[in-house]
Amino acid sequence: MLKIKNLHANIEGKEILKGIDLEVRPGEVHAIMGPNGSGKSTLASAIVGRDYVEITEGDILYMGESILEMPPEERALKGIFLSFQYPVEIPGVSMVNFLRAAINEQRKYRGLDPMSPSDFLKLMREKKKLVGIDSALTNRSVNEGFSGGEKKKNEIFQMAMLEPKLSILDETDSGLDIDALRVVAQGVNALKRPDSSTIVITHYQRLLNYIVPDFVHVLYKGRIIRSGGKELALELEEKGYDWLKEEYENSLNGAL
Amino acid sequence: MIVVEKKPPKDPDTAILERFPKQAGEGLMGKVQARALEQFMRYGIPGKKNERYKYTDVAEILAEGYQAVTAPEHHDFRIEEIFRCDIPTLNTWVFTVLNGFYFEKEDHLQELPGGVLAGGLRQAVRERPDLVEPYLDRYASESSDGLAALNRSFAADGFFLYVPDNAVMEKPVQVINLIRSDREVMVQPRSLVILGKNAQGGLLICDHALTEKRVLSNAVKEFYVGENSSLEITRLQNEHNSMSDISHYFVHQGRNSRVTSTMISLHGGMIRNNLDVKLNGEGAENHALGLFLSDREQHMDHSLFIDHAAPHCTSTQTYKGVLDDEAEGAFEGKILVRPGAQKTEAYQVNKNILLKDTARMNTKPQLEIYADDVKCTHGATVGQLDTESLFYLRSRGIPEYEARMLLMYAFAHEVIREIKIDPLRDRIRELVDRRLRGELPRCHTCFVDYQK
Repeated sequence: MLKIKNLHANIEGKEILKGIDLEVRPGEVHAIMGPNGSGKSTLASAIVGRDYVEITEGDILYMGESILEMPPEERALKGIFLSFQYPVEIPGVSMVNFLRAAINEQRKYRGLDPMSPSDFLKLMREKKKLVGIDSALTNRSVNEGFSGGEKKKNEIFQMAMLEPKLSILDETDSGLDIDALRVVAQGVNALKRPDSSTIVITHYQRLLNYIVPDFVHVLYKGRIIRSGGKELALELEEKGYDWLKEEYENSLNGAL
Repeated sequence: MIVVEKKPPKDPDTAILERFPKQAGEGLMGKVQARALEQFMRYGIPGKKNERYKYTDVAEILAEGYQAVTAPEHHDFRIEEIFRCDIPTLNTWVFTVLNGFYFEKEDHLQELPGGVLAGGLRQAVRERPDLVEPYLDRYASESSDGLAALNRSFAADGFFLYVPDNAVMEKPVQVINLIRSDREVMVQPRSLVILGKNAQGGLLICDHALTEKRVLSNAVKEFYVGENSSLEITRLQNEHNSMSDISHYFVHQGRNSRVTSTMISLHGGMIRNNLDVKLNGEGAENHALGLFLSDREQHMDHSLFIDHAAPHCTSTQTYKGVLDDEAEGAFEGKILVRPGAQKTEAYQVNKNILLKDTARMNTKPQLEIYADDVKCTHGATVGQLDTESLFYLRSRGIPEYEARMLLMYAFAHEVIREIKIDPLRDRIRELVDRRLRGELPRCHTCFVDYQK
């Protein structure tokens, strides 16, 4: 589904990603872990097409096609979804108008007519139940005045509405208490389809108790320095990142 | 051989007067005009050194040789033949002012339910001088604005509305100001709106130019809102790029009165809106909102003067602008809190979005406070659409163009949502949406017969 090949990326001229290789197949859940500043969010930004991330080398293939030149909306229409680490508040744009616009763009892309208002409201009701989001929130402007937890829930709600093929959850657990975390994770699991894939970006292991990864990758200084199964996450929880960092620095020194 | 006699060049103030009759009007109106003319001679046409006209060169506009319309013209058509309002569900009492003169349906002022009187200002001066005299020009004459003085010196007609004590208007009055001429004309309508005590009213003012010619309007409107009364004013300007529209709104409020004004400017070559508010009784409240959308070489300039002359009054000003292409805009908002106007609350916001870096906006909020127990804030921003919001929308599959529309629309929404009349709000929402999409050269659908 997603194939990242030797990806190098700069932000404001500074190299952040220094050669990432990653393959995500349909149905898989990948966790990308790593200390702060290792490049996790930059990787997510590169996949969804943020213009401030400058790709200097390598490629990102999605469904066998390079998406580097694709505007973010087209990537979204093809099924890539990012749950934002910091969802923005957009006063004046109602949740309903926003989601209707998004749903109908998706339908247009697939050659379908716009959804009828009643079908749309039915869909909203159904998905709201699924992710346990408060009805009052969806009557407001996008994220306006939402608490941190509500914003994250709202991301998962949008994910439920749009049914992406590839979901990237960028620090979805940050700022959530354990109950909210459980609700959000349950939502993500309920939305899982056999052919859809998920990339969970997180600093901590706790989210992975609920969203169980098939693969865990550790990102450090712009490179994946270790990949493994879900047990790697537990090992990191126990021992922290330092041993891996040390190993990595030593291997670099050894190489010299 | 032809000898051309060289005359010394005239100053612009004298030159403009040549376009008007030498003789002042008669009676009450004449008295008002004569006093105003003295003021005009004193203040003159505001130059660029005038703080309130720093960004709008009115002298240049006035120098363009418009012919002043100083008397009503004879018409052999009914207004419905040339114009109909395009909001079919809008339930209003409709009155029309054509080229500055009330377009008479009846020979007399009309009496609406509740003893409300409406019609032409000349009719009112003739029939009800007892109502007109205590108010006409009372607040406007406090202004040192030379252009307002020019209107007051010569304006002879316009719209008149009187809402007596305790009357609640069951539906709003709609005043349609039309300019229609095959010449380049200058029109000067003058209106007077009076609400007694405990009265309630709504007013919708639509400004349209039914001509392709270059035309200029210089309007004065006075609103006197008595104790415990409330008035909602909504104004929709949808003109064209050859239109210069200068207007002066004077709002005078008594104790515990409440006035909300919403000015929506969709089109106009040069728009200059002045709003002067005097909160003259304790507990008065004024909310002034404005939204302008401009592109090409349009120039839109708003100047507010909010005078807190009594304690415990509240005022808010929310003005927003979207400027595209080489459009130019200006906002000046002055709040004056007079000595003794304690417990004043005044909040002013001016936000602007520049869609291209060729567009220009000057904004100047200003506070002048002579009381020590007040809450006043003001703020102004000029910027682009928020890139984070734009990306968020696009990341959900919404194309950039649509995402920009959603954001601009959201920006405008803060003003539009304050419009209380539902069908009007819906219609304005739609007009703004079409305007933002560039699909609204102007309100064409309002014109039945353009040429007639």
